[in-house]
Amino acid sequence: MKILNSDPASKTADVIVIGGGIHGCSAALHLIKRGVSVTVLEKDYVGCHASGVNAGGVRRLGREYVEVPLAQASYEYWRDIKSLVDDDCGYRVSRYLKVARSDEDMAKARQRVVDLNARGFTHEDVVDQETLRAYLPAIAPHCVGALHVDGDGSALPFQTTQAFKRRGEKLGVNFREETPVIDIKRHASNWHVETHKGTFEALTVINAAGAWGGVLAAKLGDDVPLQAHAPMLAITARMPAFATNAVIGALSGALSFKQFENGTVLIGGGVRGRALPDSNRTVLDMKGMSQFLSTACDVFPIMKRANIMRTWAGIEGYTPDNLPVISSGRAEGIVHAFGFSAHGFQLAPGVGEFVADLATGVAPRLSLDAFNVSRFQQIDRASSYI
Amino acid sequence: MSIDIIIIGAGPAGMSAAITATESGAKVLLLDDQPTPGGQIYRAIEAAGDKQATILGPEYMAGKPLAQNMRSTNIEYVADASVWQVTDEREVGYSSNGQARLVTAPAIILATGAMERPFPIKGWTLPGVMMAGAAQTMLKTSGLAAEGAIFAGCGPLLYLVAHQYLQAGVKIAAIVDTTAKANRLKALPHIPGALRRWDLLSKGQKWQSEIRKSGTRIINDVRALKVLGDTKAEGLSVNAGGTWQDIPSDHIFLHQGVVPNVNLSFAASLDHDWDEQQLCWRPKTDQWCGTSIDGVYVAGDGGGIGGGLAARASGEIAALGSLAKLGLIDTAARDSKAKTARTTLRRELSIRPFLDTWFRPSDDFRVPTDDDAIICRCEELSLKDIRDTIEIGLVGPNQLKSFCRAGMGPCQGRFCGLTVQELIAKQTNRPAADVGYYRLRPPIKPLRLEELANLQIEEDENIKF
Amino acid sequence: MFKRVINDAIADVVFDFEGAKITARSGESVAAALLADDLLSFRQTPVKDLARGPFCMMGVCFDCLMVIDGQPNRQACQVVATSGMKVARQHGAAELNIDQADPA
Repeated sequence: MKILNSDPASKTADVIVIGGGIHGCSAALHLIKRGVSVTVLEKDYVGCHASGVNAGGVRRLGREYVEVPLAQASYEYWRDIKSLVDDDCGYRVSRYLKVARSDEDMAKARQRVVDLNARGFTHEDVVDQETLRAYLPAIAPHCVGALHVDGDGSALPFQTTQAFKRRGEKLGVNFREETPVIDIKRHASNWHVETHKGTFEALTVINAAGAWGGVLAAKLGDDVPLQAHAPMLAITARMPAFATNAVIGALSGALSFKQFENGTVLIGGGVRGRALPDSNRTVLDMKGMSQFLSTACDVFPIMKRANIMRTWAGIEGYTPDNLPVISSGRAEGIVHAFGFSAHGFQLAPGVGEFVADLATGVAPRLSLDAFNVSRFQQIDRASSYI
Repeated sequence: MSIDIIIIGAGPAGMSAAITATESGAKVLLLDDQPTPGGQIYRAIEAAGDKQATILGPEYMAGKPLAQNMRSTNIEYVADASVWQVTDEREVGYSSNGQARLVTAPAIILATGAMERPFPIKGWTLPGVMMAGAAQTMLKTSGLAAEGAIFAGCGPLLYLVAHQYLQAGVKIAAIVDTTAKANRLKALPHIPGALRRWDLLSKGQKWQSEIRKSGTRIINDVRALKVLGDTKAEGLSVNAGGTWQDIPSDHIFLHQGVVPNVNLSFAASLDHDWDEQQLCWRPKTDQWCGTSIDGVYVAGDGGGIGGGLAARASGEIAALGSLAKLGLIDTAARDSKAKTARTTLRRELSIRPFLDTWFRPSDDFRVPTDDDAIICRCEELSLKDIRDTIEIGLVGPNQLKSFCRAGMGPCQGRFCGLTVQELIAKQTNRPAADVGYYRLRPPIKPLRLEELANLQIEEDENIKF
Repeated sequence: MFKRVINDAIADVVFDFEGAKITARSGESVAAALLADDLLSFRQTPVKDLARGPFCMMGVCFDCLMVIDGQPNRQACQVVATSGMKVARQHGAAELNIDQADPA
């Protein structure tokens, strides 16, 4: 690939990335580092949707087996994130503890470790009650242990996404915000992407459009039954430090729980509010929120007296199997990287490398078969899934 | 039995709406976060007697019959109820007695009123500095007044409170008036409209003259202010006509106008407009106080500043609008019943252009230039902190929020939102209306986690009438 | 110094403020009673450890946060003082006793 005009006013590039979320920004950064010219078209501003407002978990724990290699690859990038994006991204390493509240939970945790080990993965282990209590003295008495990964942690999602953008920009990525895509058409061997600010051209287009990725994929001849939902989060007022040394989940119950250095506690659980992607709006469901807040109180009784300061939800795209789409598309010069189903944040630094591979005709160093866009041809789209 | 109309706020608009609604047979639930009705203007009115009448005046006392009237109806009035959400499906979330509940009705009237505009000067976060409305609240609810206080700022409320202090025999150290002289000329064309409430204008004149006669020091043409003191307020440094002088005092009351309290209306996803005359956001309303969400109405100062009498009138209008929507009255009855309220509203609003222009808070006091001035009180961010973040290229209030935490504290942007918006507008050379405001979500007030975890969904049968 | 200029109510509520007895009028807020007792500073901020006191007296500024009956982050201007109440200044972040297994 030759480097085309890298003038910011230029509408021609080797690659156009549609979507300025973290996956789009990561792919753009990986590409520019290989000398490939990139324009990122973002319909609002970088990181304003799912990428900027999620729980920020940087974890390998609890992944679907097929995703574990992706998470491992990303983990290697996270370990030196400052070199990659010239920003520490608020990345804090501690441990992830997915708490068992019953003997059944513990049995499931142990079985999972056995299964993972059999597949050659050793990053997860099980800790007993005594160890759990040593890490988290404030944990409820009925918590009997946890699934555990030492070295998992969290980062600040908006800061991270912006860091990828700034680094890419510095190296020559052309970011166009407030530039929604109106249409996309093939012209000879080029793609023409129409926007209100003119038509952009490139040999290759990457669909990193998040919750809007399904609509875009359809335009490109790939049917992906993507649904937009709004996973909800709540944050508390500052509290004294009692769980700043870990990121916490629950084995049998929706929960993601993180206390920041400043004392505030971020609570999520994947419980969904309503997403209205056409108007960039989400509607929170307080009944749903009370579910994961109950779980938080069950695991940490001290939380009963915490004050919820704020709640929010981002707009995220979910696939029927909760696995992302990371593959070439049916049409030539198309690469898909969307559908991360509320667990894409940690994967972004590594996935960007593989997306850049696909965009430049290089074979990625690990298998992406499980994430192929063509897997949905077999699915009966009328069947429901939540 | 189900609720027809939920009214949020028992100030003049909410109480009037409740009375009007119940007159036509609607089943009304009135929620208010204070222990007794009255909102801000009629705070503690039920306990008010002759002493309050002398000090606080007849406009305040006019709230007493309104409250009595409200009490005499058969509405369900829940005091100490903190409303934390209204959804686009008219689900009202509130907390009462430590229990969070959700209740729905076909019509919701938001009557949550106004709050004082931020006044970001250096030292405004020191103990001893309060808003002028706070001085008035303390007088109304507790009969408390601060000796030797300084009143600084501009707006009718400033002189009203100072006048009330004098009526109570309390010495004032100084009145520091930041009203820009240039406003007077600009306000002249609006005098004809203002004459419809000439009584208010002449009352204002009377207060000013009484204050002057009392020997209270008045400083005009004030260009800049700083609060003196390290750990608490010790005085005010005042720049009048270019010269600085220090006035000692332990108590400083600031005021530069009131603006609609829009946290609930924004969190409810109502459409809002930027009002360039009043320099604030207000929910878009139609002639029946209806909003962009079907079945949701906004009455009173929460929909745009108009004062107590305008609030009462708009409360009636909103109630009539909802009654007709619910089919409890027909449109002919609605229109005819609204006539008096519409006349009152027109009359009350006719003075606004004059007041808004004369008392328009100056740019320098709305959009500070002192790097040390704290902008976000909750997160302790200075003007320099905000400016540096905008410099990075974060040019919207929500980007700013995500990056430096401005607006993420417990007040949820109430005391920094307008300042941040105007700072961004100035620094990026865009109109304030284009910059927008913080994205606000429920709960609009911090909620104890245990309460939300134990959320109860109110079934209609539980409300007793 | 705040002083009572209207004395038409009896101060018959007595609550505890960090060991001291404070009187309040029936229906009066904790904040008003403390201001009447010449206390201006109600808390230390979490970020910079600076003193803050009540500011708006109407529940919108959240500067008057205190620990009341063991519950932190309570707006003192929104809480009616009752006899036997325990009130304390809030230092920094919310103060919660981690060993409290099940608060009342």
